[in-house]
Amino acid sequence: MSTQVKRFASPYEDPAPEGAEGWESLYPYFLIFREDRRKEEESKFWFCDAQHWPNVFKPFDTIHVEFACKCLGQYNARHLMIPPANGVDYRVHNGYCYMTPLAVAPEDIPARVPLFLERAGYYFENWQSLLENWHRKIRALIDELDELDFEPLPDVVPLEWIKEGVGLDPTTDLIADYHRAIELCYKAYQYHFEFLNLGYAAYLDFFGFCKESFPDIPDLAIARMVQGIQVDLFRPDDELKRLAKLAVELGVAGALKEGSVDDTVAAVAAAPRGKEWLAEWELAKEPWFNYSSGNGFYSTDKVWLDHLDIPLGFLRNYIEQVERGENIDRPLEQVAAERERITNEYRELLVSDEAREAFGGKLTLARTVFPYVENHNFYIEHWTMSIFWRKMRKLGHILADAGFWPNGDDIFYLRRDEIPVALFDYANGWGVGAEACGPHYWPAEIERRRKIVEALETKRPIPAMNEPPEVITEPFTIMLWGITTERVNKWLAGSEQATELTGMSAAPGEVEGIARVVLGAEDLDQLQEGEILVTQVTAPSWAPVFAKIAAVVTDIGGIMSHAAIVCREYGLPAVTGTGSASRQIATGQRIRVDGTNGIVTLL
Amino acid sequence: MNYILSFEDCRQGDLARVGGKCASLGTLLQAGLLVPPGFAVTTDAYETMLAANDLFGTIRKNLDAVDPRDVEALEGCSASIRGLIETRPIPPGVEQAIRTAYLDLCVATGTDELPVAVRSSATAEDLPGASFAGQQDTYLWIVGAEAVLTHVRRCWASLYTSRAIAYRHDQGFDGEAVLMSVAVQKMVRARSAGVAMTLNPVNGDRSKIVIDSSFGLGETVVGGLVTPDNFVVDKVMLEVVRRTISPKHVELVADLHERRAIERQIEPERQLEASLTLDEVKAVAGLAKAVERHHGCPQDIEWALDADAVDTEPIVLLQSRPETVWSQASAEPTVRSEYETGITSVLSTLMNPLAAKKRSEA
Repeated sequence: MSTQVKRFASPYEDPAPEGAEGWESLYPYFLIFREDRRKEEESKFWFCDAQHWPNVFKPFDTIHVEFACKCLGQYNARHLMIPPANGVDYRVHNGYCYMTPLAVAPEDIPARVPLFLERAGYYFENWQSLLENWHRKIRALIDELDELDFEPLPDVVPLEWIKEGVGLDPTTDLIADYHRAIELCYKAYQYHFEFLNLGYAAYLDFFGFCKESFPDIPDLAIARMVQGIQVDLFRPDDELKRLAKLAVELGVAGALKEGSVDDTVAAVAAAPRGKEWLAEWELAKEPWFNYSSGNGFYSTDKVWLDHLDIPLGFLRNYIEQVERGENIDRPLEQVAAERERITNEYRELLVSDEAREAFGGKLTLARTVFPYVENHNFYIEHWTMSIFWRKMRKLGHILADAGFWPNGDDIFYLRRDEIPVALFDYANGWGVGAEACGPHYWPAEIERRRKIVEALETKRPIPAMNEPPEVITEPFTIMLWGITTERVNKWLAGSEQATELTGMSAAPGEVEGIARVVLGAEDLDQLQEGEILVTQVTAPSWAPVFAKIAAVVTDIGGIMSHAAIVCREYGLPAVTGTGSASRQIATGQRIRVDGTNGIVTLL
Repeated sequence: MNYILSFEDCRQGDLARVGGKCASLGTLLQAGLLVPPGFAVTTDAYETMLAANDLFGTIRKNLDAVDPRDVEALEGCSASIRGLIETRPIPPGVEQAIRTAYLDLCVATGTDELPVAVRSSATAEDLPGASFAGQQDTYLWIVGAEAVLTHVRRCWASLYTSRAIAYRHDQGFDGEAVLMSVAVQKMVRARSAGVAMTLNPVNGDRSKIVIDSSFGLGETVVGGLVTPDNFVVDKVMLEVVRRTISPKHVELVADLHERRAIERQIEPERQLEASLTLDEVKAVAGLAKAVERHHGCPQDIEWALDADAVDTEPIVLLQSRPETVWSQASAEPTVRSEYETGITSVLSTLMNPLAAKKRSEA
C-alpha cells in the first residue's frame, strides 16, 4: 500500500547518474539549479517538459528551449500584459528541461488590465491584417535565412575582391553570418508567439463557456467545433497522398516501388509520363518538404528535404493503399459536415438566446484564431528550423573538414556562445597561416561531453519537482502541456505496478493490440501493421506512419498538442499525457487503448 | 367494432381505444424504430366483455358501497370485482379475435408458440401530467393462446386493484371513464435491458442521455430490484462521460421450460461485469436520441438487448413516454441572463483559473 506523497523530490536531491559528473558545464550558467539560489528554487513547482524536449540536450540544442520560453514569456509579461500570468521560467537539470509558470503578484494585476484590454484588444480586432503581415515577415525571414551561405575558407582570397578593392576577407561574412543565423532564429521565435498566447486565450474562453454550459462535455467535442478543415500542418502529408494517386494515374507507380532515392528518380524519369510526375514532385518539395521527422527542436531531427527517403517511404505506403483500392483522402466534406452537426446540436441545447449569442461570438473568435494555433508550427518549427539546422550542419561540416572534430554534427556539442570562438580560431589559423588550435582541443572535449550526454540519457527525468500548487492557474500550462491539478495528483499517486494508465483523451476510439515502444524517429520503421505506437512524444511528421498503426500512447501532451491534433485528424485513438507509458509498457506487450476516456490498460 | 389493432396500425389518434402505451409504440414503429411486434386488445374488447356480462352496473354498485379509506373493505371489493372479470366468459367474438391475433403474430415471427409480454395500456396511463404507471400489471413470458387469454383478463382486472381504485378516487378520476387496453408484444429474450432518459434526471441537463442497465429483463431496473450500471452519455458526441458499474445481484430471465420469467441470483464473479459494452451504450444512447427527436421532447424509454438477434441490430425499444419531471419544471435557476463577450470575456477567462472551476464542480 503506497503512502500518499504530497510533493515531488527537490532537484537538489536528484543526483546525476554515474558518468555524468561535470554535466553542468555543458549548459549556460543561468540554466542550472544553483546552490546559492536553493531556497528560492525549491519554493517553486517545476515540471519536466518531455513533450517538447524528450531527450537529453546537446549543448547547442538548448537554443530552442531558451528562445521558445523566453519569447512565450515576453508576450505575457511585456507585450500584451496578461494580467495574472507572466512567462514560464526554465532550467536544465540532468540534461532535461524543467519549467515553472510565473504568476503575477495579486497587487500588480489590476494595473495590467487596461494595458491588456488595449493591446490584446488591438490584435483581436485586427487579427487578419496582422496575420497577413506576419506571413510576409516570416517569408522574408525564411528567404534571408535560406540565402545565408557557409563555405569553407579558400586558399586565396578571390581575385575579384582584390580588383574590386573589397579590403575584407571571407572570414568576415563567415563570422557575421553565424551571428545572423542565430539572430534570425531568435526573431523567428518572437514571431512564433506573437499570436499564440492570444490564440490559446481565445480558445480557453470558448472552452470554459462550453464546460459551464454542458457539464462533462468531452474536451474533444470542443476541439472539434473549433478545429480547422484545411490546415497547413497537414499539407505535406496531403501532398504525398496527391503524388501517390498521381503516380498510379500516370503509370509510374511501379518505378517508384523500390530503390534508393536517386535510382527511383532515374527510373521514373525513364518512364513514359515520368517527367510529368517528377515536375509535381519538385513542386511539392518547396515548401512542404521542409518538414521535420521530429518536432524541429533537435539537431538530430531529420528534414524531409535532406532525407528524401523518408517521404519516399511514406509515398510508397500510400501507393500500395491506392493500388488496393483504398480511399486515402482525408474526408474533408465529412469532417466539415460533422463539425457543423456538432456545433448546431450544442447550440440548440443552450437554454436562452443570450447563451446562444455568447456561444456564437466566442466560437467565431476561437475559429478566427485557431488556424494560427494549428499552422504556426509548420512555418516556424518545421520550415524555418529545417533551414536553420541545415545551415548549422553545413557549418559543422566545414569545421569537421578543417579537423576541428570528426563528424559535422559534433558542432552541436558546443554551446552557442562557444561557436564564435571556435570560428575565430578557424579564421585566425587561416588568417595568420598557421594550424588552428581546434583540432587539438575539440575532439577530446567533445568526446568528454558525448560521454556525459550518454550517461545522462541512462536516467529518465523525474516528472516534476517540489510541491505542486494547490491549483494550476496559468492557462497555457493547462492547455498546451496538459498539466492540470488532476494530472499532477495522478503523477503523485502513480504506482510502479499499474495495470492501468490514465491520460488525456486525445482522440476517440478503443482498440486492442501489440505495443511498440518507439524512442525516436529512427525507430519508426520497426512498427508493424496494426501495432500501437507508444512513445514519449510524437511529431506531426510521423503522421504518414499512422496509416499503419492502430493507436498512439504518449507520456506527455495536452489535447492541444500537435500530436493530439494530428491523431484526431487521422482518426487514430490516442491517449496522451500518461506520464510514464513509455517506461511502463514494453514492446510486444498487449494493451488496450481507450482514447475516448483516456485509459490505457496493460493486458 | 375493432377488438384488435396491430401496433403498426396504432396512431396517436387511437389513444382512446388502444391506450398510451400502444399508441406510442405504434408511432415509433412507423418512424422506423426497432420495436418488437405485437397488437393491442382494444378498449372495445374490454367494453364488450363487461357489457356482455353486465358488469358495468355490478362494478358501480360495488364501488359505491365501499369507503375507499377502509382498507379491508376496499380489499374485499377489489377482490370481488377482479374475480368477476377473471372468471366471467369472454364473448366469442372477442375471444376469437384475440386467438387469431396471437396466431398471426406467431406466424409473422416464424415461431410456433411465441412468448409474449402482456401489459396493460390504460387510456390515462403514460399521458404527460398523469402518472398512473405502475398502477396496472405486466406479465412476462406468456406462451400459448390460453395463457394469453388468461393474462389479458388479469390485465383487465388490474384496473380494479385496491391501489388503482384508491388512486383514482384520490385523483378525482371517474372510475367508469377509465377503460383498459392490453398490449400483447413479442417477448425479447434480453441479455441486458434497462431504461434511458434523454436528460440527466439528477439535474435536468438536456445535453446528456442517462442509461441504467442490468442483466436479463429490464423489469429489475424499472422495479428497483437491482442496483443497475449507470452510464452518462454526451448527447451530441454519443460519448460516455461517466460510467458506474454496480454489483448486480439478481436478474430476471426466461425459463423456457417453465414458460415464464424467473428471478435468479447472479454469480458473484459476474455481478461486477458491465452489463453493456461501450459500443452497446452508444447504441442505446443513439436509440434514445432518435426517439426524443421523433417526439420533440425529453423521453423516458425502456430498451432491451435481444440475445436472439444474431445478424440484426440487437437493441430494441420496448417503451417510451414523455419525461415528466424536468420537462414541466420552469427554466433552471442556474440560467444566466448576461454573458461577457469579446475581449472582456477573454480577460475573465484568464483571470479565473480553469482548474479552480473544475475542482469546485467535481
